[in-house]
Amino acid sequence: MNLHHFVYGIYPYIALSVFLLGSLQRFDREQYTWKSDSSQLLSKANMRLGSNLFHVGILAIFAGHAVGLLTPHGVFTWLGVSDMTHQMVAIWAGSIFGGMCLVGGLILWVRRMFNARVSAASRGSDKFILTWLLITLMLGLSTIPVSIGHANHGNPSVMIALAEWVQSIVYLRPDPSLLDGVDTVFKIHLFFGMTVFLVFPFTRMVHVWSAPFGYVNRPYQIVRSKRKL
Amino acid sequence: MKVRAQFAIVFNLDKCIGCHTCSVTCKNVWTNRKGVEYAWFNNVESKPGVGYPKQWENQEIWQGGWELKNGKLELKSGGRTSKLLNIFANPDMPEIDDYYEPFTYNYAHLQNAPLSEATPTARPISQITGKSMEKISWGPNWEDDLAGEFHKRSKDKNMDNIQKEMYGQFENTFHMYLPRICNHCLNAACVAACPSGSIYKREEDGIVLVDQDKCRGWRMCVSSCPYKKVFYNWESGKAEKCIGCYPRVESGMPTVCSESCVGRIRYNGIMLYDADRIEELASMEDTQDLYEAQRRIFLDPNDPEVIKAARLEGINEDWLTAARNSPIWKMAMDWKIAFPMHPEFRTLPMVWYVPPLSPVQSQIDQGNLPVGPDGAIPLAGSMRLPVEYLANLLTAGKTEPIESALNKLIAMRSYQRSIHVEGQVDTRAIDAAGITEEQAKEMYRYLAIANYEDRFVIPTGHTEETLDDSFGFQGQNGFNFGNDSSHGVSKITLFPRRRKDTVEPKELAPASDNNS
Repeated sequence: MNLHHFVYGIYPYIALSVFLLGSLQRFDREQYTWKSDSSQLLSKANMRLGSNLFHVGILAIFAGHAVGLLTPHGVFTWLGVSDMTHQMVAIWAGSIFGGMCLVGGLILWVRRMFNARVSAASRGSDKFILTWLLITLMLGLSTIPVSIGHANHGNPSVMIALAEWVQSIVYLRPDPSLLDGVDTVFKIHLFFGMTVFLVFPFTRMVHVWSAPFGYVNRPYQIVRSKRKL
Repeated sequence: MKVRAQFAIVFNLDKCIGCHTCSVTCKNVWTNRKGVEYAWFNNVESKPGVGYPKQWENQEIWQGGWELKNGKLELKSGGRTSKLLNIFANPDMPEIDDYYEPFTYNYAHLQNAPLSEATPTARPISQITGKSMEKISWGPNWEDDLAGEFHKRSKDKNMDNIQKEMYGQFENTFHMYLPRICNHCLNAACVAACPSGSIYKREEDGIVLVDQDKCRGWRMCVSSCPYKKVFYNWESGKAEKCIGCYPRVESGMPTVCSESCVGRIRYNGIMLYDADRIEELASMEDTQDLYEAQRRIFLDPNDPEVIKAARLEGINEDWLTAARNSPIWKMAMDWKIAFPMHPEFRTLPMVWYVPPLSPVQSQIDQGNLPVGPDGAIPLAGSMRLPVEYLANLLTAGKTEPIESALNKLIAMRSYQRSIHVEGQVDTRAIDAAGITEEQAKEMYRYLAIANYEDRFVIPTGHTEETLDDSFGFQGQNGFNFGNDSSHGVSKITLFPRRRKDTVEPKELAPASDNNS
């Protein structure tokens, strides 16, 4: 077994297992630490712009990755989406939302590092995860020129290989050799992306699980009773 | 009719001397921790003033509380969808400087400094950054006793519709203290605004709490509370607020701010109310009707129908007795001298205030003030504190109820003065104010003497009824291996649950006198 086989055949399972079990464990035993960990109280400046751009961007990117990579190839064919269309949508959506996320993320990063109050109140993990996400994002954005290059040659094979590799992981038939023909920048991006899942339960990222959609249908007033009803 | 009991409080502003004992005891008990240095569950403001945090009463800035939108009650900051759309950055969130940057001093330098010509000084240090602060420019009580310039203080929202310039002159200056805690509202905006549903009202006593495990730090409660009494703990990332000293109240003790009040201005008691009418009564078209509307939500604890309905809701007899002896009922309902603060926020707050009289003795002695029939006590409308100001604070600007309350407080004094100074009962003032001799005597007992047992009528919580095994709970609570005391709401766990039941038999053994 070589490094390639470990990183793209075994590491995904380590990352996903830690992601799921770690989240569950933390929610169960350490729910007091389960929070968005906002620093808006300490500094409001540029928060509306930075935080909204960052969050909208990153959520859209996540959704794009999920749909683009996990949808079986046959479904796209059945829907009449050609591989080239798929690739162009990925390039455009990735550029737009990636750009939003980058601008917002940089605003937040500068604030996190250099605002005296925010920086002093930040844990090491807060600074680490934001930096790591930004590096992952920039790696992802730097795959776009490569993808455009492939697209100009009418060649969707790299995109298809990536999707097949992700699906091979999900279907528990890991096949690192699918990535053999993939450019290095994609592979580095994959490693950084998987690591986000690995560290997820140990950082503030856990608040993603708690997106409060239930609020939409909730009565405003909440009364808790201790009576045994 | 759905009867609920509410732990309620009245502050008699007439006797508040602004000593901040309440604030200091509260801080030492509940918020002397990292992340909430700046948070005062109890604070005392000098009024007029912008207060803490700055301009908290101005909802054009913070969008706190409720408003009527097309006749329907809605959070002023926007409904559920708007909350979710603004969740990444709350546009109405106050910043730490709106409160103040928490500070300490480098005291060690006083002892560690080398010998020098000049006396060493202890420089201020930010409790957030740990760095030296150039200058402390705002603090928890920066406007104490009217400190600062008038034009800054007069930004006070209660000065709206008042001729400010006149009260800027030294001769016309007026001043009062305003102690503030969480109002444990019946229609709490913080509860409604919480996206994760972590803030709740307790059914048994109406105390509003933040479930610290369930709070996710979305911060909507901080901006939606129109009284700015929910705080963001920047260390833990959770919302924190006044907990109504519930561990004390459950044991029948007053809140620590009430207990320690040297002026005896604080009253704790139970009020019964009709939970079915909250929305209806908070939706009055005219904000000036909200004070009267809130009085209508309270249920008479002597009414047999109410008692019957209360028993059906599981309210215990000692709670009904406490409701009948409630000092809050006497002041809010019988005498009508207590008022909710800013009823126009539509949250139905449950900390009520007796408006203050103003010290005017020298003015009377100089014959500058019109006086009542006894020739010694001034008329309500002629006192230093403009009635409009108190009305803006307590009745959404309606002056009649305030004037009536002030007249009653004055008449009670006039009546007592006639007894103790003139030696001859003079009921002219109380007759004019519309109170009986009996009431005047009782008001004197409650407001002037203010005995401990009159101020605090607090039934104990009935933990024994709510736990499966109160004996087992007694042994485990406080000696903590988890969240034993919080009745946590997590239904599912990966790990084995603790065995909470003891091996004590739950059946009661026969009492010894039955053995014969």
